[in-house]
Amino acid sequence: MSARPAMRGGLRLDGHKSRPLEQPVFVAAPPRTAVVALDQGSGEDARPLVTPGATVRVGTRVAAGRGGSADLHSPVSGVLREITVLPTPRGTGHCLVIDADGRDEPDPGIAPLDWQALEGTSLIERLDAGGIAGLGGAAFPAAAKLATGREAGVDRLLLNGAECEPWICCDDALMRERAGDVVLGARVMLAACGAARATIAVEDDKPQAIAALEAAVAVCGDGRVEVLGLPAVFPLGAEGPLIAAVTGREVPHDGLPPQVGVVCHNVGTAAAVARLVRDGMPCIARVVTVTGSGVRRPANIEARIGTPITELVAACDGYTEAPSPRHLIAGGSLTGRALATDAAGLTKGLNCVLVATADDLPPRGPEMPCIRCGDCATVCPAGLLPQQLHRAARSDDADGLARFGLADCIECGCCDYVCPSAIPLTARFRAARARHRQHEEQRRRATEARARYDRHQQRIAAEAEREREAFEDARRRARDGAERSEPASDASGGPERD
Amino acid sequence: MEFLAASPPYVVAGFSVRRVMLQVLLALLPVAAVQLWLYGPGTLRLLAIASITALACEALALRLRRQAPPPFLRDGSVLVTAALLALALPPSLPWWLAVFGTAAAVLLGKHAYGGLGQNPFNPAMVGYAVLLVSFPLEMTRWSAPGAGWDALTGATALDALRTGLRESYTIEEIRRGAEFGTIGAADAEWVNLAALTGGLYLLARRIIRWQIPLAMLLGIALPAALAHGLDPGAHAGAVFHLASGATMLGAFFIATDPVSAATSDRGRLVYGAGIGLLTWIIRSYGSYPDGVAFAVLLMNLVVPLIDRVTVPRIHGHPKS
Repeated sequence: MSARPAMRGGLRLDGHKSRPLEQPVFVAAPPRTAVVALDQGSGEDARPLVTPGATVRVGTRVAAGRGGSADLHSPVSGVLREITVLPTPRGTGHCLVIDADGRDEPDPGIAPLDWQALEGTSLIERLDAGGIAGLGGAAFPAAAKLATGREAGVDRLLLNGAECEPWICCDDALMRERAGDVVLGARVMLAACGAARATIAVEDDKPQAIAALEAAVAVCGDGRVEVLGLPAVFPLGAEGPLIAAVTGREVPHDGLPPQVGVVCHNVGTAAAVARLVRDGMPCIARVVTVTGSGVRRPANIEARIGTPITELVAACDGYTEAPSPRHLIAGGSLTGRALATDAAGLTKGLNCVLVATADDLPPRGPEMPCIRCGDCATVCPAGLLPQQLHRAARSDDADGLARFGLADCIECGCCDYVCPSAIPLTARFRAARARHRQHEEQRRRATEARARYDRHQQRIAAEAEREREAFEDARRRARDGAERSEPASDASGGPERD
Repeated sequence: MEFLAASPPYVVAGFSVRRVMLQVLLALLPVAAVQLWLYGPGTLRLLAIASITALACEALALRLRRQAPPPFLRDGSVLVTAALLALALPPSLPWWLAVFGTAAAVLLGKHAYGGLGQNPFNPAMVGYAVLLVSFPLEMTRWSAPGAGWDALTGATALDALRTGLRESYTIEEIRRGAEFGTIGAADAEWVNLAALTGGLYLLARRIIRWQIPLAMLLGIALPAALAHGLDPGAHAGAVFHLASGATMLGAFFIATDPVSAATSDRGRLVYGAGIGLLTWIIRSYGSYPDGVAFAVLLMNLVVPLIDRVTVPRIHGHPKS
């Protein structure tokens, strides 16, 4: 274990992680009603395989992944009540509402997996069928990433245990208590993607997690797995900065990690893989941090996917009354998403529920003009000049936005954090991106419309040409017929034959 | 339960423009104190006149531009402009010239371009240049007590050096004059020391970053040392240049004005070095004894170009 030079920029922040870590991970009871979003956080809905009224058991496949989404399995045994639009951690979306029968019976098809007997590709297929998604937040199907890595011939599997964002500590708790699962998952993933080495990267503000992982590595005796301590700097846990810090390789701006020989997964994902091979149980639960001054007893909770946030909060002895909670944030205080209600169900991509009071997240001062101090550029991990991007965004200067790297912004929020003028830079950049996408969409539609119009014109011209030819033909035939029939006008007018 | 909407990030450090500006004012205290000690209450008089004029002009401009005065009037930026200008003026300057210069700085240098954050030129230096070009006599008439500080275009050490050299004295002969101190100008070396102290405080508090001051000081010191090495009789050395005129005030307080400076780290090195080099050239060959003000304004002109060619490499993009 050694600390390496980290990334450019970044922030050293107060972690706010100690309170949930005071007690071990609390295993919550299965919910009475599970609200399972079809979009588990990757931005794509899985395709439902069951209809209302269907009986499901724990681990029964209920929706199929579509490339950008993983398979979904029922987190409870019971009956599917309905498929309807409900609040989710990403806003709103279609959800499977499953009424639990309280028996918590596993699906009969569930059986442990002899992963060592499986060859890479078939192992990846089994992981795919287990609905393993990126539990770090992206919820992208892990099997798809492993498959891409295998095709690209990666040499390194990187397990992300950096967990750099304030308030979030579910990975820390998981690594402390289930380091063996993380290491087992790492070995299974190594077999799946064909990499020679696995590095579990953890920020060095988590000495207990690092010690537990090192002990687990020593127990399994697999020399290919190593634990690496990194300085605790936000956002070192973001994929690009983490890969650069650990391997010294930069993922090209228009490429993916396998291009530089790396596959990157969250440590929670590795633990889910371990559970799949050991118990045969698909990804139906995760550890989530429920924290903030707005809950009475912040905790890390292992809960079934689909457990409503209200029940997670209830497991923390509920909301505080004074100070009263102001914000409910899905994720951390820098990149999370503010939710309007606590009705959403837990998803694979939800790592933290932050119930914040005004003390936790004090409101910003009034926005002032940019004074070009450049503090934002100093902290930007992507090496951007946010002050210049901001100017380009203000004047809707598409060239400037492209030149100053809008597409390379990872929306970590560091620039906002330090801005003395209190400019909501990240929000502006997101808006500029949305506008850009809209422009592109309009341009695409315009191009399509033009192409359609051109095809239409060509078709009309071709039709006219055909009609003209047919007309000419008919006239020629009529003329030829007339010429031929004229001398034979005495012949009986039978049908023409030529 | 209902919760408030917001957009990430939800937590900020709570820095403010006001805090930045107040720190700069605090760091200017040693300079003001040394000037008070050297020249007497004239310095305080100018600081008061410039501050009141600046606030009045700011309020007027905000009113004309229909902007809400509270956050802007309180941000302190206009007081920094006033203080920098006042500390650069000869302490015996007539009050109405101080008013005129400050008004030019705030109205012409700042609000004509759109106010805070929009001005391409350093407002204090705009005010200073307007005064110097319009009233050269008053601007070079320094108060009698002491040898008189040469400020940005003082009539003392730098001036004496230039005049002396023109009259074919050698540096050694010229430096025997009363205008000269141990290492630089008799009084300016104390002012420079005070400005250096304040500047180091700003660096330590991370209000400014090292690129511009270091590049500017090197931009003066390297050519000075080179020229002095080649012809010690005709060129003053690096230490003299660093301890004379407005070198330190310029390096730590004027060139570091972020609004009118280049914005990337590399750009700031270029910008600072350019100011230093131009200052040395104007001092050595120009008709003004000191050139910090004009060097800053000239480099302000080049900032858009510098910003264009010094965009740092973005993570994941190829070098070049």
